[in-house]
Amino acid sequence: MSEGTPQVQTAGHVLERARWAARAFARYSAADVQRIVAAVAEAGHRDARHYAEWAVRETGFGVVEHKTLKNEACSRGIVAEYAGEDFATPRIDAARKIVEVPRPAGVVLALTPSTNPVATVYFKVLLSLMTRNAVVISPHPMARECCNAAAAALAEAAVAAGAPDGVVQCVAEPTVPMVTALMEDPRTDVILATGGTAMVRAAYSSGNPAIGVGPGNVPVLVDASADLKAAARRIVESKAFDNSVLCTNESVLIVEDAVADRLLREMERCGAAVLDRADTARLSAYVFPDGRLNVDVVGRSASWIAQQAGVRAGPRTTVLLGSFDVAVPEEPMTHEKLSPVLGVLRVPDAQRGIEAARAVVRIAGAGHSAAIHSTDPGTIMEYAATVPVLRVAVNVGSSTGSSGLDTNLAPTMTVGTGFVGRSSLGENLHPRHLVNWTKIAYNADASVPMGDFAGLSPWRDQTGPVPGYPVASNDRSATAAPAPGRTLRTERIVADALQFRGTRHNGDDERFRAEIRRLVLEELSQLRKG
Amino acid sequence: MHDYGSFEFDSKQDVLAKSKQFWNPDKTQFWSDSGVDLVIDRREGYLLWDMDGRRLIDVHLNGGTYNLGHRNPEVVAALSDAMARFDIGNHHFPSVARTALAEALVSSAPASLTKVAYASGGGEAIDIALKSARHATKKRRIVSIVKAYHGHTGLAVATGDDRFSRMFLADRPEEFTQVPFNDLGAMEQALRGRDVAAVIMETIPATYGFPLPEPGYLEAVKHLCEKYDALYIADEVQTGLMRTGELWGITKHGIEPDVMVVGKGISGGVYPIAAVLLSERAGAWLYEDGFGHISTFGGAELGCVVALKTLEITTRPEVRSMVHYIADLIGRGLEAIQARHPAWFTGIRQNGVVFGLEFDHPEGAKYVMRELYELGVWAIFSTLDPRVLQYKPGILMPPDLCEELLDRTAVGIARAEAAAGYGRRRAS
Repeated sequence: MSEGTPQVQTAGHVLERARWAARAFARYSAADVQRIVAAVAEAGHRDARHYAEWAVRETGFGVVEHKTLKNEACSRGIVAEYAGEDFATPRIDAARKIVEVPRPAGVVLALTPSTNPVATVYFKVLLSLMTRNAVVISPHPMARECCNAAAAALAEAAVAAGAPDGVVQCVAEPTVPMVTALMEDPRTDVILATGGTAMVRAAYSSGNPAIGVGPGNVPVLVDASADLKAAARRIVESKAFDNSVLCTNESVLIVEDAVADRLLREMERCGAAVLDRADTARLSAYVFPDGRLNVDVVGRSASWIAQQAGVRAGPRTTVLLGSFDVAVPEEPMTHEKLSPVLGVLRVPDAQRGIEAARAVVRIAGAGHSAAIHSTDPGTIMEYAATVPVLRVAVNVGSSTGSSGLDTNLAPTMTVGTGFVGRSSLGENLHPRHLVNWTKIAYNADASVPMGDFAGLSPWRDQTGPVPGYPVASNDRSATAAPAPGRTLRTERIVADALQFRGTRHNGDDERFRAEIRRLVLEELSQLRKG
Repeated sequence: MHDYGSFEFDSKQDVLAKSKQFWNPDKTQFWSDSGVDLVIDRREGYLLWDMDGRRLIDVHLNGGTYNLGHRNPEVVAALSDAMARFDIGNHHFPSVARTALAEALVSSAPASLTKVAYASGGGEAIDIALKSARHATKKRRIVSIVKAYHGHTGLAVATGDDRFSRMFLADRPEEFTQVPFNDLGAMEQALRGRDVAAVIMETIPATYGFPLPEPGYLEAVKHLCEKYDALYIADEVQTGLMRTGELWGITKHGIEPDVMVVGKGISGGVYPIAAVLLSERAGAWLYEDGFGHISTFGGAELGCVVALKTLEITTRPEVRSMVHYIADLIGRGLEAIQARHPAWFTGIRQNGVVFGLEFDHPEGAKYVMRELYELGVWAIFSTLDPRVLQYKPGILMPPDLCEELLDRTAVGIARAEAAAGYGRRRAS
């Protein structure tokens, strides 16, 4: 990297260090990986609440309890999810005479958003470590401090468990030119872009392999066959979850006329406020001034937003419902809100509902998520086939359903939006997306025998810090350098010197020995005092 | 035609002929005779290109001058930017750049060091160090090691090998005592008379081929200095700036020197500057008569800006980590090469990315140097011990280049073994 500000240059060294770490890590054994991943997940889990509080404090987005849950899900939860999966050991397929040797991506540049900052750090770090990649976190500037602190804690846990130095790093002062430079740098092997559309597009334009995902704008359809009480509770809880900052949260509720009033009544019982036309207009004007999302509302509570917008809602309100009539782009309530504000659209029947959902996703959110509450498989199938999304959460809140926390999808903070959503990734990000496999392919002819690869591994278990501390080659027993100033190491060194001197020079000077002893004792006593 | 803008040459031969005529006939001839017909043209990172266009990986680095690579873009940018505002400056006056660098150096160094004096090069810096010690102790004698090398200026040259002092009648045996390296008995003998102002030690003597101090040797020398009231001068010109994996090699020994000399790499390879860090005692003359040492170019402000940038880059935690990786990779790689040539490649002296490679021939390193040069690697033999090749990878060397360097080195060492007749001897 020859251009750019000093900060950009420093960031180049972050990538360079990561390259070294990746190079070493790519030869770690499955047992090493398991130990490191477990240690990092435990460290993340232990501090889940601490960083949840920090993230809310720093960004103003979301709810501490819910961020804590996400952090727990993205630490221990992720490890539990992939327990028993091994992305480090070669795989043998004797029938096809193929052996696969895992080859990690190398340096993963992980962009993390302001809305789910620490959970995404946890998630991308753990996926990288499971697959023996080094990872450089580039946090959203709004969440810079909590992400740096969390990444440092994970890095420390990783290295303490034997991971190579520099395997987890975080950019201290992210700026747009710096992130652009990092993305374009040939030392970056793959970019994981979660964030605004501009950043995702920039990732794809960087010239480096990228896994970027598009934005969400989730329709949820409730048809007449649904369990309305359960649907109401699930939708309200999902909208309230972390104040709707997950990109999988419901944006527009589409409900069959026949059951709409009952559903909304149930939702009110669960904490939603159904606004009248005038209040909906006021809310819409506040949330979408000039037709664009007011970033002040992102991740804020419903009661706070209501107060700011000047609409009536009780202090216990967790979700604001505002009705509108047509799903068209100029209707603000059809757009992604990233706040506990839910647009409500009544439709005469399920088929019209499916068309409305398709219209919502046409406006934004292609390839992302949709939800449906229904007991009719035919409707569900038609909905999934018609609405251009890659996951349809059924009878579950979409926030935690589409992100895999409350379904059996891969739990993720990176929701692939596929080709339709201008992404190379069509599913929830999974560790396997960060590793390639070198295939050893034998002649298919049955007369050519395949060698016996059973138990053969090119990797070795690690036994010490990586890299080792650069001790002098004539003093391998030495350990890391002492801090400047007096240290106990001097004691050993001087003792060694005396011994060395004794072997080299027969005419030992007793006074010299006594003097050295005196100095050592003096030093020790000072250390004890200190 | 080779056009360099303000001058041009017809060919490399043209340069060599005129170099002999106008510059240094013996040195020019020496390299031709050594099989190293190098005239450096383009340079970038850790790569050099001969005038003929041949590419070389530089592991000579002029003793660490190119520690951060040739024309490091960050350093070059710092210098270019500085030229919009600064020049050499006026050495008499307090200066923003000199003050800023002094503060940065002091805070980077062991706590004993509190003041900075500037020089235009390492030799002058050594002279300042020795003068400071003499002023502080009111004693004249200086102790250095046999085969020491601290530069070619008036006092510095007298501390070193007599090859460079006698020819200029600059040796002063009555004031400059030399003792064998790693010999504490001889050191104490030299200090016992209490007439020694200072012991000057390179933390690892570079020009002698990086013989490593025995564990505890430097620490014991420091204790002896304290016992006999002599100052300890750490010459960190080649071991400083992260080359041992810590910013200053001396801190790996837990030693707080009275004086520390910094040069070569601190220039960033683009603007000559050197510095002496002094304890309160050694720097006492700065209170008494601040005009005691005057240097027009010492601490030139452009140089200070470059040195600050160099220090900033070098102290990044990422860089320290990278150096440890490089040291690990090259160290292991050389051990593997050595295992294939145990009779010829007899030793590896390593501390961080400071390497001395020992060969079983009085001029073994010259053979290796020549073969490596043919193979696109520039590493120099040790002037004062030609058995030993100095092998100094840069602290920012990327992994791929490290691997390439090792590949070339493996072949070069094997070829040198054959060239020195070892292959035949072993076979017989």
